[in-house]
Amino acid sequence: MRPSLRTTLFLAPATAWLIAMLVLPLVVVVVFSFGERGAAGGYVPAFTFDNYFNLGARWAAFRNTLTLAPLGTVLCLLIAYPLAYFLAQKADPRWRTALLILVIVPFWTSILIRSYAWIQILGGNGLPRLIGELGFDRPRFINTPFAVMVGIVYGYLPLMVFPIYVALEKLDRRLLEASSDLGSPPWRTFLQVTLPLSLAGVATGSMLVFILLMGEFLIPQLLGGGKVFFVGNALVDLFLQSRNWPFGAAMAATLVLVMLVTVSLYLRSLRRLSGGRDDVALM
Amino acid sequence: MRLYALAVYLFLYIPIGVIALFSFNAGRHAAQFSGFSLQWYGKTLANPFVVNAVKTSFTVAVTSALLATLFGTLAAVALQGVRGRLRLFYDALVYVAVMVPGIVIGIATLIALVTVFDTLNPLLATLFGPENPIQLGLGKGSLIAAHGLFTMALVIIIVRARLQGMDRSLLEASADLGAPPMRSFVQITLPQIAPAVLAGFLLAFTFSFDDFIIAFFVAGSETTLPIYVFSSIRRGVTPEINVIGTLVLAASLLSLITAQVVMRRRSH
Repeated sequence: MRPSLRTTLFLAPATAWLIAMLVLPLVVVVVFSFGERGAAGGYVPAFTFDNYFNLGARWAAFRNTLTLAPLGTVLCLLIAYPLAYFLAQKADPRWRTALLILVIVPFWTSILIRSYAWIQILGGNGLPRLIGELGFDRPRFINTPFAVMVGIVYGYLPLMVFPIYVALEKLDRRLLEASSDLGSPPWRTFLQVTLPLSLAGVATGSMLVFILLMGEFLIPQLLGGGKVFFVGNALVDLFLQSRNWPFGAAMAATLVLVMLVTVSLYLRSLRRLSGGRDDVALM
Repeated sequence: MRLYALAVYLFLYIPIGVIALFSFNAGRHAAQFSGFSLQWYGKTLANPFVVNAVKTSFTVAVTSALLATLFGTLAAVALQGVRGRLRLFYDALVYVAVMVPGIVIGIATLIALVTVFDTLNPLLATLFGPENPIQLGLGKGSLIAAHGLFTMALVIIIVRARLQGMDRSLLEASADLGAPPMRSFVQITLPQIAPAVLAGFLLAFTFSFDDFIIAFFVAGSETTLPIYVFSSIRRGVTPEINVIGTLVLAASLLSLITAQVVMRRRSH
């Protein structure tokens, strides 16, 4: 079917923008990733796989990302689920909207400012000083994986709460009543009714948080102080400091590839978990 | 359960409270509260770097959000009449634009634009002579183009969702009564998708105003507010950042409340 003139005209600016600012740059990244580094940085055309073979030199960044991103996602999930459950099922309906809005309000300051708040709290003059004044040994929080985790949970919690809340809010209460009428203890009703029916929300929330965490730069930079670094931190270093563009391009391409693989594996395992049903609508 | 919720809300609000409290700190030291004062507000608002950064961020956010909303809405409407392979192509593009991490978009845009500029600039110099060479470079233009790309994809997704939920019988009625397609579009489709378009614009504006990572790569010599905040955090702890954080939060709260009031009025 040939699109009409109007359709073509309406689509033209968006198409031009998508091609110039998305397709072209991504192609450039792939091309550069097979190139060589110039003497003063930048790019020299070549066709070599060396950049990919050398990725091992930055293995620590991948290892950190692939352990801390899933860990951060799980922590967000564990903290968000009970809150979403409370909001959807237990909270007074009159206060529900207000309580929900309260979950997003902190989200309106940028992640920079929120991380800065934690720098002040976890930094030497914050909590550790308080603990020290109580007569204990001063602990060190800032620039540790713990601080990075706190920042991650703080930064991404609302993104996890909302999809789970939506799933739990739609839940048919009669199913819960039926389960308890048939003699199930509450924990069993939860495991066999509530949890499976909220899986779609869990999946959406986890995907969102996980995808964003894979490309994270700011939180590890500010709260990990260069000691806990993600692929994002290595990329900034490669592009803005050491100017090794071809190697950085190979790393960026690998990051996207790793992301696609883990996300599709996750989706597949989720589909299996839900017994191949189609109602686990994903995003 | 209640206690748990309370604990989570405390976790969410203590850092915000710290930011707000210390923005009123009289002392220079960010860690000790030594009395209430507005002096940091005065100092921050008088700082030309802060004022310029806010101006840049605002210009970039408004321009990129307007363009993204306009082109994204047009595309979403047009995509309704597109099926088959072409449709799949656009769906994939929009999906990729949203999925690829911001940092990769930033890097890709940086190296693509620098490569294009390095090729074009000598050409421009020979074309216009060495006295008045028009040289391309990173700056507001590249910021708008990069932010607009991502936010246009968001607008397409939001507006399309609204279009799919729209009642088609009204459009058919309009066509049956002899209205030309353009008129049906303006009188029927547009009012129905208006809330989604507005939501898309606000989301686009917020994203652009807040974005650090894409701007970090493509801003060139421009300084947006997030870039300014990032570099001053690097230089050390200063109450100025608390002031900026408090003001941004207050501004977004205020605009949300205004939007709510306006919407209420209109629906009455």
